[in-house]
This record gives sequence, structure tokens and C-alpha cells, in this order.
Amino acid sequence: MSTFWIQNARIIDPAVKRDAIGDLYISGGKFVASLSVSAKKSAKKIDATGLIACPGLIDVHVHFREPGQTHKETIATGSRAAAAGGFTTVVCMPNTAPVADNAGTIQLINDSVRRDAVVRVLPTGCITVGMKGAALAPIGSLKRAGVVAITDDGDCVQSNELMRRACEYAKMFDLPIMDHCQDHSMTVGAVMNEGVMSTRLGLRGWPNAAEDLIVARNAILSEHTGAHIHLQHISSRHSVDIIRRAKARGVKITAEATPHHIALTDESLATYDTHFKMNPPLRTEEDRRAIIAGLRDGTIDIIATDHAPHTDYEKDKEFDFAPNGILGLETALPVTLGVLVRQEKFKLPFVIDLMTRRPARLLGLPAGTLNVDAAADLCLFNPDEDWTYDAKAGFSKSSNSPWHGATLTGRVKTTFVAGKIVFTQGKIL
Amino acid sequence: MPWTRRHLLTIEELSLAEIGQIHATATAFKKILGRSVKKVPALRGKTIVNLFLEPSTRTRMAFDMAAKRLSADVISLDGASSSTTKGETLRDTAENIRALGADMIILRHAAAGSPLYLTRFLDIPVINAGDGAHEHPTQGLLDTFTMLEHLGSLKGRKVVILGDILFSRVARSNIHALTKLGAAVTLVGPSTLVPHWFTDLGVKVSHDLRSALADAEVVMLLRIQHERQSSGHFPSLGEYTSMFGLNKTRASWLNPKAIIMHPGPINRGVEIDSELADGDRSVILEQVTNGIAVRMAVLYLCSGGQPESVMPTTV
Repeated sequence: MSTFWIQNARIIDPAVKRDAIGDLYISGGKFVASLSVSAKKSAKKIDATGLIACPGLIDVHVHFREPGQTHKETIATGSRAAAAGGFTTVVCMPNTAPVADNAGTIQLINDSVRRDAVVRVLPTGCITVGMKGAALAPIGSLKRAGVVAITDDGDCVQSNELMRRACEYAKMFDLPIMDHCQDHSMTVGAVMNEGVMSTRLGLRGWPNAAEDLIVARNAILSEHTGAHIHLQHISSRHSVDIIRRAKARGVKITAEATPHHIALTDESLATYDTHFKMNPPLRTEEDRRAIIAGLRDGTIDIIATDHAPHTDYEKDKEFDFAPNGILGLETALPVTLGVLVRQEKFKLPFVIDLMTRRPARLLGLPAGTLNVDAAADLCLFNPDEDWTYDAKAGFSKSSNSPWHGATLTGRVKTTFVAGKIVFTQGKIL
Repeated sequence: MPWTRRHLLTIEELSLAEIGQIHATATAFKKILGRSVKKVPALRGKTIVNLFLEPSTRTRMAFDMAAKRLSADVISLDGASSSTTKGETLRDTAENIRALGADMIILRHAAAGSPLYLTRFLDIPVINAGDGAHEHPTQGLLDTFTMLEHLGSLKGRKVVILGDILFSRVARSNIHALTKLGAAVTLVGPSTLVPHWFTDLGVKVSHDLRSALADAEVVMLLRIQHERQSSGHFPSLGEYTSMFGLNKTRASWLNPKAIIMHPGPINRGVEIDSELADGDRSVILEQVTNGIAVRMAVLYLCSGGQPESVMPTTV
């Protein structure tokens, strides 16, 4: 284990409200208060002048496609993309092939993670068998196998009764339930937000109401059962309002927003570019503003990417036929900084909190801080560096990003996991 | 002003001047269609592929006829006989057609935006013959051509489009063409099929047939598809007809000189009374005839022809 002396960084650790220029020491895989004189001499010194040192970023919503869809992404490639984006902990969705609805599949994923991953990759399991929304998956066994939450991501449980039982049952194991809020009966054939743009483009619309109804349902069920329901990628302004009111009553719900929903609107679809097709869809400027307001006042707890790789040939189709989803890990930090810090004037420590301490707390993970004795998961980034993102040169196996070719501001320089450098100078070590 | 456009994808992107150029060129070609030899050598040696991946009778035949009148070689391919049924992508199908030497592709496709998608990788002109619920530009051009023949100018004239607007590419193309030409457009139909979003396109939305039809000079009917019943857009064809079907009484609310239009296919007795469809105010078959002249104009211009040179190149 190497010893590191990171010098002259702006250290931001929201967990202890730290924001000061200083040095950080890493030894034995952990942050330490200081190093002995001899240790200092032999330590690897990193000049971090002009850089931010913050806890390794945490993303509770990624798709690594393993097992079964490894042509799109693998745990090896996905975790490298995470490291390059400054992420040290990511949470994988269970919509793999087969879906992760049993302990055996979780074990298989964990075996791959131990073998191939360069960052911490934590699995989730399904709520229902086969993610079909008909019968509960073996949630207790999933918990024992190591899942950090359950979710039928992408296939929102439609039956209110089954969702209620899932809440009651999962609560017994203290497992959060993550829900992609979508009433399927209202979104048949839908490929984009319903509104002026869908009317112009002649594409089938996915109305806000289809999200709002399930967000409201989940608030009600969380209140009824006491279970923690985490609402994934909120896209609708009315949903923000519903969450705000429920939280004011003390309901145990949390919510996430993606970088793309705070940066883009459905106006981007004017040329039917499938790199702007995702679910939930990009919505209007009013929705975008409401989500930012929700992040500002704590209604929305965290940023999560919904990193969803698809190959070029899968995305290179008629808009109706292309799959939903875009990459997120390698662009999340600069895009989020661009919107929240530079445009919206959020304080930088607050934005880092949205991507570190808060997601850790949301899932009860021992991560998201630079405190002494914490595992040395660290991200060093230059908040002012401009760079051009080339999705094809990225670490993900796919390149389906709306920011391909864009100039982004803010660049990750070095990522540490448990005191080891996993990414630096544009390379995975 | 020379014509520079190689593709015809939407009316939304056309300028008023371009619409005028297409109409003027169509007028010249229409004269040719009245002759005993209805053919000009304008596109001799060119191969045009009609790639129709969705069923069509009128549009496909009209494009076919238009291309033949211009002396082009035409190959028509429909969904059932194309490799798309074997899982080939649209891109691969189109690139193969290009590799076979096609000079132009006319595409009819169920997915909105697919003609634009083809232009991203094809170096030959692409003509949109209807893309999902998006646009059907040649239909909008032939409809306005027909209206102009009857009304002279459309500036300030009241045009009503009645029926299933939500799922209609014909409606969208007509909305763009008519608003550019200065017409006062009102969309009418059940609120489920005529959402308020359309007002953003510069038209009125109404669910009251009587006030909408009052003094209108053009009424364009759109086909009502029975599938919309099962999706809950209206209770039954019978109720639709009783609320929004055009019959003699309702036609009497129109301006006395009003024309009745329909892009076809017609459901007699559903959106329009049979008598009216065949009556002297109906221009439904004129629309079909004009469709050839307008499509000749589009094929000619997008192949590099210029509006003013139509007559000299004809024999």
C-alpha cells in the first residue's frame, strides 16, 4: 500500500463541512491525520494546486449490462468509465439478462466485480420475479447476497397492492426500494415528452402525469408502510411538488435527478437525434427549472446518472426504434458543475454533497467523506479546465452520449479507491 | 431565386418562396398532363426508388406516375417485399439501394423523422412520402395547390381541418403550408384527437363544429381510424359521426362557395356523407390529379431542375 501526500488542494468534505486549502494524507488505504517525518519523506507527493479534492463520487443509478448484454458494457468497462468520471462507488441496476432477481445472479455479479471492477460496484436486486411485476422476488435472499436496494428499474411495478407488499416486506430488511415512476397504461408507444415538441415532431408523447401518478402513489405507500422509497430520475415539475409536500409531512421518500434532466430539454429532439432519447424523457424548460429548484431546497436529494450504454448500431435507428438511455459517468461532474455551479450559482460544496455524502447516506454506505480513518476514496478535479469530450475515446464500451464532441468545463484528474490510484492523467492504472 | 434544396423532408422548413416555386413548377407540369403525350424527358436516365415501408395506394401510385411522366426509371419496393422483414435496418436497406445506383429515394415510413435520418448518410436526394404522424409534405403541397386553384389566394381565408389531427401527418403538413400562405386555420375534432398543443403552431383549436365551420371557405376532412376507439380517443364511430361527421346540414354552415377536401382513403358515412363526397363542392379527385403535377415538380426540383426551365426542357 502506497502512502500519498496530496498537497495544496482545495479540500471539500461536506460530511464535516470542510472547505479549505490544505494537504491530505493517505496511508494503509485510509485517510490519516498526518504522516511521520520519515513517512512524509517516502510518500508519493501529488501537487494538487488549483485542484479540488473531494470524496470519491457516488452514483446510485448505473447500468453495467452484466450479465447478458456485455456488447454494451461490462463491469470492467463500466467501472473504468466510473473511475474516469471521478466515481468510486456505483450502484448497478438489476435489468440485466437474466435479471438479477435471485441470489445466484447477485453472486455472479459480485464475482465479476471482485475480478474486474476498478471501483466499488454494488448490486441491486429486483422487486419482482423476472421484473414482471407479478410476484415478489426472494428479497431476503437478495439482501443476504449483498444487494443495497431493490428495484424493478425501467419496469415500474404497476400493481399498487404488490408495491405495498414489497414495501412492507423490504422494510423488514431495512432495504430501500428504488422506483422508476411510470404508469405504463399512459405511455404505450411513447418516445418523448408529451407537449408542443411531440406535437410538432409527430412523436408519441409520455405525459408528466404518468410519472406524477406513481410518485404520488409511492409517497402514499411510503407513508402507509414506513418503507424508504427512493424515486429515480425525477423529470416532471409536478412530481417535484408532490415530493416536497410529502417530505414536509415527514414521509420517508428520497429522490434523484440526472445531469441530463437538469441540463437539457425536449427542444433538443428537433432533429430526432437518438442520443437525446431516454426514459423518462427530456421535458420542458419549466420542468428543468423545477428540478433545479428541487435540488436547491433539498426536495431532490441527489444527482444520479442513469448511465445506460447502448452500442452505436442499436442507437443508429429511426427514433421510434432506438433504445432509451445515454451514457453518464464520464460527463456527470462537468455537466452538473456547468448547470448548478456556473449557471445556477449553487455553492460548490453543496453540489459535491449531492454527489458524495448524500448518496452514501441514502443507502447507508460507509463512504462519501475524507475523514480520518475513512477508506481513501478520493476524486481530484480541476473545476476550470476546458476539455473536449470524445465519447468514442472514453472508457465505456459504448459511446451513446449527447455530449460527444462538446467542450466541457471541469475535468477529473485523479481518482483513488481505497488508497490506490485507479485513474490519473487520462489513464486507468 | 434558384432552387437549392435537394431533399424534401418537411413543409415546416420550406420558405414561402419555395412553396411558390413548387406550385409554379407544378402549374407548368399540369399543362403537360393535359396533352396527348404526357411525358417529358427531364429525368431521363435517372433511377428513382419508391421505398414504401407502410401501406399506401394513392401516394405511391402518384409518385410512380410522376416519375414516369418525367421519364425516370422507377422501382417500387414495399414493406412486405423488403429485407426489413428479415431484420435488416433501414440504414442498411437504404445504403444498398444507393449502392445499386439509385439517384433518389422516396420514403414512406411509420417512424417520424426517418427521412431526415436517411439524409445523414445518403448522398442522394430523399423525398418524404409520409413519416409517421410527422409530415406528408407533398400532400400539403398538393392540397394547397388545389385550394389556390379554387380560391386564388389563401391570405386571410378561413380553412378548417376536421378529424383526427393528433395522429395525422397530413394535418401537420397542411398546417405549416397554410400558415405560411397566410390562411386562418382552425382545427376541429374531439378534444382527445385535437390537443391544445397545436395552437403553438399558429392555428386555432375548436371542438365546436358549428362555429368552426361558419363561413369557412375550405373544409378538409381527415380519415377517422377505428383503432382510435380501442385506445380511448373516442367512444365509437357512430358517436364520432353524430358529433363531427360532415353532412348536408353541417355543410350548409360553410361559405356557399366552400370546397370540401379529403386526402383519402375516405370512410363514407363516417367522417363524410357519401353524397357530399361525390357532390359538386367536393374536390377530392382533383386533389389526386394535382398530386401528380406537384410530385413531378418536387422530383424535378430536387433532382437539380430549376423552376423557370420547366417549359423549355419539355418536348
